[in-house]
Amino acid sequence: MTGPAQDHLWLLIGLIAVVTVVIKAFGPVVLGGRALPPAATKVLVLLPAVVLAALVATSTLADGPALQVDARTVGVAVGGFLLWRGRPMLLAVVVAVAVTAALRAVG
Amino acid sequence: MSAAERLSFRRGTRLGIPFAAVAFLLSSSFGVVAVQAGFSPLQAVVMSVLVNAGAAQFAATAIVAAGGGVLPGVLAATLMNARFLAMGAALAPSLPGGPVSRALQGQANVDPSWAVANNGDGTFDRWVLFGASAPQYVGWVTGTLVGALSGDLLGDVERLGLDAIYPTFFLALLVTELRRPASRRVALVGAVVSLALVPFVPPGVPILVAASVALIGLAR
Repeated sequence: MTGPAQDHLWLLIGLIAVVTVVIKAFGPVVLGGRALPPAATKVLVLLPAVVLAALVATSTLADGPALQVDARTVGVAVGGFLLWRGRPMLLAVVVAVAVTAALRAVG
Repeated sequence: MSAAERLSFRRGTRLGIPFAAVAFLLSSSFGVVAVQAGFSPLQAVVMSVLVNAGAAQFAATAIVAAGGGVLPGVLAATLMNARFLAMGAALAPSLPGGPVSRALQGQANVDPSWAVANNGDGTFDRWVLFGASAPQYVGWVTGTLVGALSGDLLGDVERLGLDAIYPTFFLALLVTELRRPASRRVALVGAVVSLALVPFVPPGVPILVAASVALIGLAR
């Protein structure tokens, strides 16, 4: 890819970098060192579980706008089983990748 | 840095190293995908250096690969990053200093570090956050370089199952959170809400809407 398309990609990268820096700075700068009200804390302690569950669910089961169970779903499920049994993350990731690739190779 | 802070930083680094190994794998697959989508290896590496946010980078790259323009790409990345608004708000009381200092400290906010620095009572150990983010950043950037340079050799990343890295990485973080029983039901509801929205809204939006499920905390 050459010419304007490359320029577009640089623009894309630059804009995403600026947006990301601003988003990450926003909470710390605007709220400063003040403690949050207790009600906010009650919400925030639940936030990581909810966001992570949503990320896992969509990245495992969504393919564009469609929901489907495929080789990746099975691979991630096997990885999840290992994690649940207290195995190291790196092992779970490697097994998830291997299972996904193996299922695609035979399917 | 006081002695206690140095200890926290070292604890963070220890906790961050396994995540750095996964970040390396994850960003290698990002490098491969980015080059296949039309990025130059330099562009892929610069993006990882400046953005350092996997979900956003993958989302934007998917849109470029599908022929989407700059604005849809930026929008998708922004939606993927919107969770950092909430995570940054949670972090804010634990980051001292002036606005510039706090803005800089906020840049160390990446999902695994945020999770391991969380004291579980609404406060965060910022030195654990910094310590955990440092090796992950190194892993993220070097992985991108390796992936971007070997992209054409590897061929199809899906054939190799590399698209399973990203969900398993988040699952590892989720399993830690689920040790707290109060988190289990909201996690399930969040997953169901996000999946229900997938067919109807652009990528990233289901995560944002699911995040609002945490408001259940107010009813406790």
